[in-house]
Amino acid sequence: MNNATQLLRFITAGSVDDGKSTLIGRLLHDSKSIFEDQLSAISRTSEKRGMAAVDFSLLTDGLQAEREQGITIDVAYRYFATPKRKFIIADTPGHEQYTRNMVTAASTANLAVILVDARKGVLTQTRRHTYLASLVGIPHIVLAVNKMDMVDYSEAIYNEICEEYLEFAAQLGLYNITCIPLSALQGDMLVDRGDNLGWYQGTTLMDLLENITIDYDVNTTDFRYPVQWVCRPQTGEFHDFRAYMGRIEAGEVAVGDEITVLPGGRTSRVKEIVTYDGNLQTAYAPQSIAITLADEIDISRGDMFVKSDTMPTVAKEFEAMLCWLSESPLGMNRKYIIKHTTRMVKCVFARLDYRVDVNTLAQHETASLNMNDIARVAMKVQSPLVFDPYRRDRASGSFIVIDEATNNTVAAGMVL
Amino acid sequence: MKLVESKIMSSHIFTHLDALESESIHIMREVAAECKNPALLFSGGKDSIVMLRLAEKAFRPAKFPFPLVHIDTGHNFPEVIAFRDKRAAELGERLIVRSLEDSIKKGTVVLKSETQSRNVFQSVTLLETIAEFGFDACMGGARRDEEKARAKERIFSFRDEFGQWDPKNQRPELWDIYNTRVHPGENIRVFPISNWTEMDIWQYIEREKLEIPCIYFAHEREVIRRNGQLAPVSHLVQPQPGEKVERVTVRFRTVGDITCTCPVESHAGNAHEIIAETATSRITERGATRMDDQTSDASMELRKKEGYF
Repeated sequence: MNNATQLLRFITAGSVDDGKSTLIGRLLHDSKSIFEDQLSAISRTSEKRGMAAVDFSLLTDGLQAEREQGITIDVAYRYFATPKRKFIIADTPGHEQYTRNMVTAASTANLAVILVDARKGVLTQTRRHTYLASLVGIPHIVLAVNKMDMVDYSEAIYNEICEEYLEFAAQLGLYNITCIPLSALQGDMLVDRGDNLGWYQGTTLMDLLENITIDYDVNTTDFRYPVQWVCRPQTGEFHDFRAYMGRIEAGEVAVGDEITVLPGGRTSRVKEIVTYDGNLQTAYAPQSIAITLADEIDISRGDMFVKSDTMPTVAKEFEAMLCWLSESPLGMNRKYIIKHTTRMVKCVFARLDYRVDVNTLAQHETASLNMNDIARVAMKVQSPLVFDPYRRDRASGSFIVIDEATNNTVAAGMVL
Repeated sequence: MKLVESKIMSSHIFTHLDALESESIHIMREVAAECKNPALLFSGGKDSIVMLRLAEKAFRPAKFPFPLVHIDTGHNFPEVIAFRDKRAAELGERLIVRSLEDSIKKGTVVLKSETQSRNVFQSVTLLETIAEFGFDACMGGARRDEEKARAKERIFSFRDEFGQWDPKNQRPELWDIYNTRVHPGENIRVFPISNWTEMDIWQYIEREKLEIPCIYFAHEREVIRRNGQLAPVSHLVQPQPGEKVERVTVRFRTVGDITCTCPVESHAGNAHEIIAETATSRITERGATRMDDQTSDASMELRKKEGYF
């Protein structure tokens, strides 16, 4: 493995019955990412529990707290690498709290593998997983039609499932979908092609994971630079040095570019792009950098640098899709705190438009929100936020809602 | 400052190390900006050495907006302690050392014997240090690929006033919007290199040409073969009846408490050779080297619940 490999984050959506653990286990195993001591530990446990084969789900579902209380911790992260790429799998085991867990895992993913059992086809939960993937805006979706060995590797059955699925996905505005027939158990079309799916001309799952283009998963056009930290060394040669540190969330910036500082609206030019490894001429998302400006302006954390040709919205009211994450329901009359980019502001809920039934996509009137609810809401904030629609830019369109009393994160929001 | 071509411009790829580095810098800056009194835990081990380079990238040309803190068990490898002091001095950053001996003197740690592993008791001294300085956030170099309890921990891991981790009551963590809010007395452990693997660490050490303690590289050492591991002979670890002391060429994959950290057989003399070995290693980092993780399926989980980082 060399240093010039890209990082791809993905999730797998499906229940244990769909062979999700087997699929993950095999990806890890076939890419030699399961170590002998881990394998022998889970083999021992599988045997102890009287299982015929090694249960790969034990790799992640192993906390004492989970065993004792029969619960599963929402998200576990697994890591593996091939010579081409490094992968992070956000694994969400179990059925409970599925919405909350999947939204959490999906929020950082480039790609979702949605599993269906070839014998069962597209189910309610398949639709639910796909809706959530579209809600969170995962850029790439793979429909993995698993257990092809159980339907005699039938091309007709596979085609029928794909057709039904693509039709449903199109209703959600999802067109960029790859379908792959596979058998995680037998290893067909996972890492190797196997001998049983000769009629399928497409890519294997691993091939796709290794080669799919992810360079455009971040917005490359609208420069968005939330100021995280103002660097003022105030010593020696850096006595008058003042740099605005942050990470480019979208787009690119070059020395000499004119920038606008929002929400204030003052403008200046980029004097230097400073990094520990030397100054740069140009920098891109998602680099962490520091910027010095030609003019002295009063700038602090929470301000955002943008370019005047692609301005975001600056407003105190906006509409959003919200996923309620907390066991305590939404209190419509309460004040909450929003954290959006590097800004924290107080907020209230102005309106609850509707709640979405994630199984049928039907919209229902609602007076409150409970854990796992997805809803369309209108919000008011105490001081202006600088945002884009989530569809246009994930970083400047996403926010979390914090309960002031408990300090818990109670909701995740996506600006419409 | 010198002008260089952007890494992206020159290679047209934002590599996995670039991505991980940028994520870690972003996390450290969030901690500095939102926490009132943070600290960075620095042991002199390879992961915390990487953390220091990331902190340099996050905050230079200014000083770090937090002190470095080390909890010294008194059972550390002398080479690592020497390196710790040297590195902190080179960086010109403040290093706070608190030692388990102090907790023993105070009576808050009671050992069964002098040679007992002190790893688990670090938590006591760490919590005392947090209270002494009023830290509301401690950044540590733990990685999710190390252990399955860590695989399920958040980057911003909330701890109650006893420093305890409650795995089933973690705050949801979405996108990279981190909730840093705590009530007085509570604190947050932050793991900026959560998403790094052992391989990433070595590749970064090579790329950044980071100096690390010499015991990470192959050297001859007296060891005892014990439970499939190589226990390093020291004043604390002596052969028991029937055990034989051998001289073997080894290196350490991790450097923890001297009584429970084992080296592996290796001839790798530099980061490049270690990367090659890591690529073909069939045993996990902690599996090969930590006696304390072998005691039960849930050792790490239990320690974390007691306030371990």
